[in-house]
Amino acid sequence: MTTTAHLLADAPAQLLPARELMAFTLATHIILVPLGVALPFITLVMHHRGLRSGDPVALLLARRWSAVMAVQFAIGIVTGTVLSFEFGLLWPGMMGRWGDVFGLGFGIEAWAFFLEAILIAIYLYGWRRLKPWTHFWLGVPMPLAALMGAFGIIAANSWMNTPRGFTLDASGRPVDISVQQAVFTPMFGPQYWHFVVAMFLTAGYVVAGVYAVGWLRGRRDRYHRLGFTVPFTLATVLTPVQFLLGDNITRKIFHEQPVKFAAAELVWETGTHVPEYMFGRLQEDGSVKGGLKIPQLDSILAGFSPDTRVTGLASVPADERPTATQATIAHWAFDIMATIGSVLILLALWYAWCWWKRRDLPQSRWFFRCAAVAGAASLVTVECGWITTEVGRQPWIVYQNMRVAEAVTPTPASSLWIMFGLVVVVYVLIFGAFLGVLLTMRTRWRLADEDSARARDGAPEADTPYGPRRPAPAGAPGARPGPGSTR
Amino acid sequence: MTASIVAAILLAVIAAYACGGGVDYGAGFWDLLAGGAERGKRVRWLIDHAMAPVWEVNNVWLIFAFILMWTGFPVFFQTVFTALWLPLALAAVGMVLRGAGFALRKPTRGIAGRRIYGAAFAVSSLLTPFFLGTAIGAVASGRVAPGTPATAHVWAHTTPIVAGLVTVAATAFLGAVFLTADARRFGAPDLTAYFRLRARIGAGALLAIAVIGLTVTEPRAAYVHHGLTHGAGLALLCAAAAALVVTALLVAGAAAGWARYSSVATVALLVAAWGCAQRPYLVPTSLTVQQGAGASGPLRWMLVVAVVALVLIGPALVVLYRLDTHGALQPLTDDDVAE
Repeated sequence: MTTTAHLLADAPAQLLPARELMAFTLATHIILVPLGVALPFITLVMHHRGLRSGDPVALLLARRWSAVMAVQFAIGIVTGTVLSFEFGLLWPGMMGRWGDVFGLGFGIEAWAFFLEAILIAIYLYGWRRLKPWTHFWLGVPMPLAALMGAFGIIAANSWMNTPRGFTLDASGRPVDISVQQAVFTPMFGPQYWHFVVAMFLTAGYVVAGVYAVGWLRGRRDRYHRLGFTVPFTLATVLTPVQFLLGDNITRKIFHEQPVKFAAAELVWETGTHVPEYMFGRLQEDGSVKGGLKIPQLDSILAGFSPDTRVTGLASVPADERPTATQATIAHWAFDIMATIGSVLILLALWYAWCWWKRRDLPQSRWFFRCAAVAGAASLVTVECGWITTEVGRQPWIVYQNMRVAEAVTPTPASSLWIMFGLVVVVYVLIFGAFLGVLLTMRTRWRLADEDSARARDGAPEADTPYGPRRPAPAGAPGARPGPGSTR
Repeated sequence: MTASIVAAILLAVIAAYACGGGVDYGAGFWDLLAGGAERGKRVRWLIDHAMAPVWEVNNVWLIFAFILMWTGFPVFFQTVFTALWLPLALAAVGMVLRGAGFALRKPTRGIAGRRIYGAAFAVSSLLTPFFLGTAIGAVASGRVAPGTPATAHVWAHTTPIVAGLVTVAATAFLGAVFLTADARRFGAPDLTAYFRLRARIGAGALLAIAVIGLTVTEPRAAYVHHGLTHGAGLALLCAAAAALVVTALLVAGAAAGWARYSSVATVALLVAAWGCAQRPYLVPTSLTVQQGAGASGPLRWMLVVAVVALVLIGPALVVLYRLDTHGALQPLTDDDVAE
């Protein structure tokens, strides 16, 4: 307890609100990232299917997903812009000292993102007037731009975890900067692939989850079947891959950031034959309260042998490691992520088994219940993964080179608390409205489907994709009736 | 040398944001003044349709500017964001409200909801450029220096506030000029006349505020003031004024499409004049480009990134604007997402 009190007393008052504000804005932004990175790809897969086999249902799904993409991308841009402001507003110390060392990743991210914004604009607004295949091919670079953007962001974040590519001069400032080393740091590869797969997997489960709910409510048409199968298959294929990548990154952390590994696994004393704790709470004296203790397992997981030596938190001074509370938070986040990941593997196996046996979706309602929950659960794993990596790095903002407290703005804590309050209110409204808009869109589409099903009486779809459509409603000036709108 | 080139790129990106983002902010400004739900319906309809495909792209220029700042000139970035905390924080909040307001208004049906999102969008379209302009004015006025703490003294003064007003006037001017052309493109002649008048009002306001700003410059801003009233700075300023007058004339006739180019030239020349007047300082008169430059390795790589970006983004941007101005980009209608 005394060490915690001591550390808190040393920290500047504005540290807490700055940290909370950053955590809040990042935690909310990251919810949008899976859809931002992977929804274009999933939509294009559906789009391609629709164009190739002339399947109107697939094209309808692709159009609707792109309408969701439009709203989601807009909100993502807004929250992303806030983050780039916050680097300066909250952490000017870090940007002033290290901006030139690790900023290049952001440079790459910015142009990739720029490209994605352009391509998404063309894709979203090209449905009506562009030729079908031209439209599709203009959309194809979208996922590549998204992967490039992720490259930049992860390069910057992995640099904060394992900073490289500089030497410090006598006054402690970075000199002799090597850009290649600063981008391709030891944590970069594991973090990048773990992140990318997490994004695709999460987006797959989230999208499929929507149709799983519809399925459970008895809407068992081809529309729901297709909307569920395509994203869910993608996600299940990636789930075991992600399990291996997760194992790989954990072992990399064990080697490159031993103190973070110790926090995530609640290891206090350095030693061999270290037990694994499932959950539990770390105490100030190094003991663990609660949780399930499995002897030897941590050493075995870290190095395939109970003789593996694992570094403990006590090996570094108290002000160079996470506090007991922070370690517990990182540990819980890590365990929740690993647990959900393991359960998702079982779900994937269930699906694969049924498909292998009967070439059909599982019949069980429980399967669809689990599939519906999988979307939310994988969003939880995304949050947990991020918490593990950020809280586990404490108290460093640049691992072993700069403390969070040294980077924080001199702006008084009161101003930061006010801004924090303001941002929370605004974000709650925005995310509430975002959700509201999505739900309204869904309801509207469902009503439209029911109406047209009634009106149609088995006739083909009234408006074929890219085909002639009914004239725009009266009263919308400039809708240009005539040849333009019927192409 | 490398630092100077990166500084020039930074200025170009700021100019691009002032033009691209400025048009959007201007559209929001006119949205604010469009009147009640019924009276402003058609104006808002035009603004929605004109902005929708491009506003996200236009917004990314700002992120680009920040990244160039912290990678190219880390100390400058730290200085600006420490000293100008409040106006930049307010600009950030305004940006959130604006983007969210615009994005959420489109798919919302209820009149009350549309009103709230619309109000958030319109009001912050006024406040965000004002505070961004204030921040630029505060840097130009020499009130910011490395180590300056964040106080109102830094930005609540004549030059910064005039700079904020100039920015708002410039956005209103740009927005009206572009909307005049858009109204023609979307086949709404009454709106062409409507925005033509506003383009002229915007041009007049911009000219008036800029002239007042130049005459009331305070002693602290002497360096930039001198730069703007002598040599290359003055020449650029005169060119900007000429482009402004040309725009006001062009917007009247059938060549309203060309007025877009001259209006962009006006704002770009204004930014160029400011950059020129401030040379060789990032922060007059305490931090030069050379002093503020980051490590040379990353700076050179920033140039590489800029070239790659130009090669990849340039054509894509041209395609986007071409498709947009040729009417190939249209939002999905309800028919498109109904079975």
